[in-house]
Amino acid sequence: MNRTTSSRATPGLAKSPTGITGLDEITGGGLPSGRPTLVCGSAGCGKTMLATEFLVRGAVEFGEPGVFMMFEENAAELTANVRSLGFDLDRLVKQKKIVLDHVHIERSEIEETGEYDLEGLFIRLGHAIDSIGAKRVVLDTVEALFAGLPNQAILRAELRRLFRWLKNRGMTAIITGEKGEGNAITRYGLEEYVADCVITLDHRVTEQISTRRLRVLKYRGSAHGTNEYPFIISERGISVLPITSLRLDHAAPAERLSTGIARLDEMLGGQGVFRGSSVLVSGAPGTGKSSIGATFAEAACRRGERALLFAYEESSAQIVRNMRSIGIDLAPWVKKGLLQIHAARPALQGLEQHLVAMHDTVQVFRPAVVVVDPVSNLTTERGDAVVKPTLMRLIDFLKQQQITALFTSLTTGGSGASAAEDSQVGVSSLMDTWLLLRNVEFNGERNRTLYVLKSRGMVHSNQVREFVLTDRGIDLVDVYVGADRVLTGTARVAQAAHERSAAELRREDHARKLRQLAGRRKAIEAQIAALNAEGEAEEAEVKFAIAQESLQETTTQKNSAAMADLRGGAKASNGQTKGTR
Amino acid sequence: MTETKTTTKNATYELRLYVAGQTPKSLTALANLKRICETHLAGLYRIEVIDLTKTPQLAAGDQILALPTLVRRLPEPIKKIIGDLSNEERVLVGLDVQPVKE
Repeated sequence: MNRTTSSRATPGLAKSPTGITGLDEITGGGLPSGRPTLVCGSAGCGKTMLATEFLVRGAVEFGEPGVFMMFEENAAELTANVRSLGFDLDRLVKQKKIVLDHVHIERSEIEETGEYDLEGLFIRLGHAIDSIGAKRVVLDTVEALFAGLPNQAILRAELRRLFRWLKNRGMTAIITGEKGEGNAITRYGLEEYVADCVITLDHRVTEQISTRRLRVLKYRGSAHGTNEYPFIISERGISVLPITSLRLDHAAPAERLSTGIARLDEMLGGQGVFRGSSVLVSGAPGTGKSSIGATFAEAACRRGERALLFAYEESSAQIVRNMRSIGIDLAPWVKKGLLQIHAARPALQGLEQHLVAMHDTVQVFRPAVVVVDPVSNLTTERGDAVVKPTLMRLIDFLKQQQITALFTSLTTGGSGASAAEDSQVGVSSLMDTWLLLRNVEFNGERNRTLYVLKSRGMVHSNQVREFVLTDRGIDLVDVYVGADRVLTGTARVAQAAHERSAAELRREDHARKLRQLAGRRKAIEAQIAALNAEGEAEEAEVKFAIAQESLQETTTQKNSAAMADLRGGAKASNGQTKGTR
Repeated sequence: MTETKTTTKNATYELRLYVAGQTPKSLTALANLKRICETHLAGLYRIEVIDLTKTPQLAAGDQILALPTLVRRLPEPIKKIIGDLSNEERVLVGLDVQPVKE
């Protein structure tokens, strides 16, 4: 909870923080200090709870003791009623931080004669304030006096004096009042006297689903949120969905997160989605939205981050069991405290109530990743006009906390090409990344396909992928794009087989050709060998002939020399012959 | 101004008048009360006057809001009359007392 809101108070007008989540944001710091505030609404809208929380938080967190003067319940009843919010009034009374005073007035016991005033009430209140040095006062519901006292003229004059007196004493006060008939703010016109700040509470039932709303009708001297804000009363007190989440000033981190599906990351520029962005996964029933959500959450847990899964269709045990069938085991992460699964029926409360509850849970758990499965279930009973602003608040809130959010959304499953997209127009503009899952019916079977319709700020694939759920998680497979359609499922497998066999044939053909080539090469080699052998034989013959011839020549020379010798007539002209001897 | 007036020891009517200081209204109320009691309840009543400006803690006990308030503590049930008691008839009705006819 934000405790620093008082520093943002408008200069000039001191404000007392209520400590109520969201209310201090709407009022820009709290209720006007030292002035009375009127809180009005019909029975059961939470007036007493708001007043009590204001008083208790003042006493415990802001060191401002308070007096609770009640006109309807008695102290024991109130103590019991607010114990469910975790407020221990008995202890605070003992610590002298709070005084409870039950003012009871019974018309039948009272006879009226002559002049009187309500000085007794002033004395009681003054005494209670002095006994603990109170700074805050609650009068709940002062209108009960109108039923108890016959003379309204005196009562009105005295109430005017009472509020003036509270102001003079510098009390920050809450005065509660019943909503009047028609357009009247309160039944007895208390707003005439308490003019500084008026807050109305409302508990409306639309289509059997109730939603609490709060509105600051008037805040003299201060800017304030003027819308109606949904609020819930939970075990942590009142939570109002704050206005700050409507500001568009969140940071935009460049860090990327894996979706847990490698091929999907690849389609999203290879790195997944931006941290703090919002992802919409829409599709017809059974297209695998929840599986993507669970994978996304599991991937966060694997990184050691916290993930929060809001389930509006299945119980948490069912989710854990079902995800195990596609190889995603969530149980260990739940045990480790990294994963929280909040399962609730959407009809449990209104959309706003759900969003406030989510808001609360997120603030307590502080996850890095939030998965809402499915967001469309929350919106079934409402028109888009109501859903969009509330959803926008949630998305902006998550963005400000830099929490990456994945919303799944059930489409009506129309067979037309644009039906799935049309039904999402209401929320899709709020989303940064939009994945569309679609069933393709062909060849006697339905197959899942996935498209990335948009993904802000990154290169993303325009391809259709077949989305396959295996017992080892999610896989994306390239589809075969035929002449007029994409092929998925068995058609894809058949096409793959067909291509495989064609490839096989081609391979065989190549092998045959290679074999032929090899054979031919062998034949050529044999020829070469034969020619070589022929050549060698010829060479040998030639060499032999040469050798023979040279031998003959030598022999002939020898013979002729020998013959010359034998003739004995060595001649001077033939000196050579002598030398050789 | 807190004072106790006992007319008899065995008072049937135990009355308590709450006031805030000596305002004209307080004084009128006390005077009226005394007169009515002397006229109609002579010897049967006891009046206790409580000034809440001196003892504010007593206001819560009898659930006092308006001042002056006259509380009939006895006989049961408790009855309250608010105002300065200027209308004798209504005071007698409030106290459930039969007027003494003169």
